[in-house]
Amino acid sequence: MNMNVSFGGLSLKNPVMTASGTFGFGLEFAPYGDLTKLGGIVVKGMSLKPREGNPMPRIAETPCGMLNAIGIQNPGVENFIRQALPVLPWKEVAVVANLYACDAEEFGELADILAGEEGIAALEVNVSCPNVKEGGIAFGQDPKQICKVTEAVKKKAGNKPVMVKLSPNVTDITICARAAAEGGADSLSLINTLSGMAVDIHNRKPRIANVIAGLSGPAIKPVALRCVHQVVQAVDIPVVGIGGIASAEDALEFILVGAHAVQVGTANFLRPDFSFDLVDELEKLLEEIGAGSLEEFRGSLELPL
Amino acid sequence: MSLRNCRNVKVLEVSPVGQLKRPDEFFEIKLEYPDWDGWKPGQFVMIRPAGWELDLLWARPFSICSADGDTLTLFVQKVGRGTGRIVALKPGDTVSIWGPLGNSFAMEPEIPTLLLAGGIGIAPFCGYVEQHPHPENLRLFLAHRLSLDCYPFAALSERVEGVCMRDDQPEDLQKIIAVMKEQIVEYAAKDGLILSCGPTPFMKTVQRFAAECGVRAQVSLENRMACGVGACLGCVTKDGSGHHVQVCTRGPVFWADKVEL
Repeated sequence: MNMNVSFGGLSLKNPVMTASGTFGFGLEFAPYGDLTKLGGIVVKGMSLKPREGNPMPRIAETPCGMLNAIGIQNPGVENFIRQALPVLPWKEVAVVANLYACDAEEFGELADILAGEEGIAALEVNVSCPNVKEGGIAFGQDPKQICKVTEAVKKKAGNKPVMVKLSPNVTDITICARAAAEGGADSLSLINTLSGMAVDIHNRKPRIANVIAGLSGPAIKPVALRCVHQVVQAVDIPVVGIGGIASAEDALEFILVGAHAVQVGTANFLRPDFSFDLVDELEKLLEEIGAGSLEEFRGSLELPL
Repeated sequence: MSLRNCRNVKVLEVSPVGQLKRPDEFFEIKLEYPDWDGWKPGQFVMIRPAGWELDLLWARPFSICSADGDTLTLFVQKVGRGTGRIVALKPGDTVSIWGPLGNSFAMEPEIPTLLLAGGIGIAPFCGYVEQHPHPENLRLFLAHRLSLDCYPFAALSERVEGVCMRDDQPEDLQKIIAVMKEQIVEYAAKDGLILSCGPTPFMKTVQRFAAECGVRAQVSLENRMACGVGACLGCVTKDGSGHHVQVCTRGPVFWADKVEL
């Protein structure tokens, strides 16, 4: 079956992407599979300057999920371009840069730097990281800010497609989706982590040093699916589904509600070859269920009248 | 590195270690050998039973104790839900395994080397002793909380000089610390090497005395991990210059003067 997908200025050999923050710069997973087999790799969120991230502990396991508050620890955009990008097989797999900044101007600067990089297929804008006290949360929850940041990135992105990653921690995600579309986003990816918390009754302390953390994993899949469903109905730009995908069936559920592609996040921790295997399993399952093509299946959810 | 070194292997045997007081805490787990090219003492593996499905999500990291070409042996201390379910595995059960991961302990065959183990921290030294060409240059010191037969101490002390002390009574801890200091001073005097693995307070003690005496020392960290391959940034520690580095890929072994504990 033809697994190619083209949407929002991106052309992928299959709809399986890896989600930012769960796949490093991709190279960490090279021993476990062929990176060029993937549809796309969204690399770890990067900022203008290197960031040390949050104090430890940063992660906690929860039922069918996990909490994290890493705090966008990253070597900065220049080090990424110098060190990681040249060794990534970007000619054969779409490498998507994930941008993190604290104001629209900084987002613009990041886009400006990355726009000139041949190895970058698209820019994903992180307006929704709930882990970082300074910034992220305000953008993700304020439609005006989402629009403004999207415009700022779009203005400097040159010919790079811009994907805006939405937070589910809002009253109505379709308002945020429309704001990003209005700002000129070529596509949307959703959802980022759900805001959560875990505490320890024995030592009476939070299990995560940042106290508030982002919940991910299969536990959030129903929320993610609902968000993708609503956003697909609300905007005309393509949507990439993210949230708890841990099997080919999960991935197809997002495509059934209308996603053009999916991003695998926490499941990369189940085993490091998970995403590579998913590429094969997705095609197999599509054939098994008798879908004519990926395109025919996409968005073919039959809703009650 | 070869491709696809995440594999499914079968559990061969799970047996409790130490029957005297707490037969339910320490276990030796034997797995089918995952067909590695090789491994080094101090490295670890990530293990995730197939039966976990979607809960729990993370694999668990364990030091490699020994691997003889047919069998991979791990020591597991039951401390929570994950390890509880790992020690309940039955022969024939399938686990995903990826590794060997991380760096390894320094091995300088001609140099007198002191192995300082706190409890289950003895695990990586099994392989170390086995692979060391001159075990006569090694001394193993074990500080332990449970009865000695819970730890693979007897087998190891057949091959190397072994010293052990039990942390049982309130006054024992200070005695242990005093003996640790004596030994570190001794190895500093003979320009030796110190390797340690154990709970963080134990390794902090090693770090402090090693710095005071100016002797080279390594510590092996066992932070909570999600991925084991350097991606999730959940296991970081601070290096000597205060930067966060992954324990899974930049460690688990660090020179004591180049890590913040």
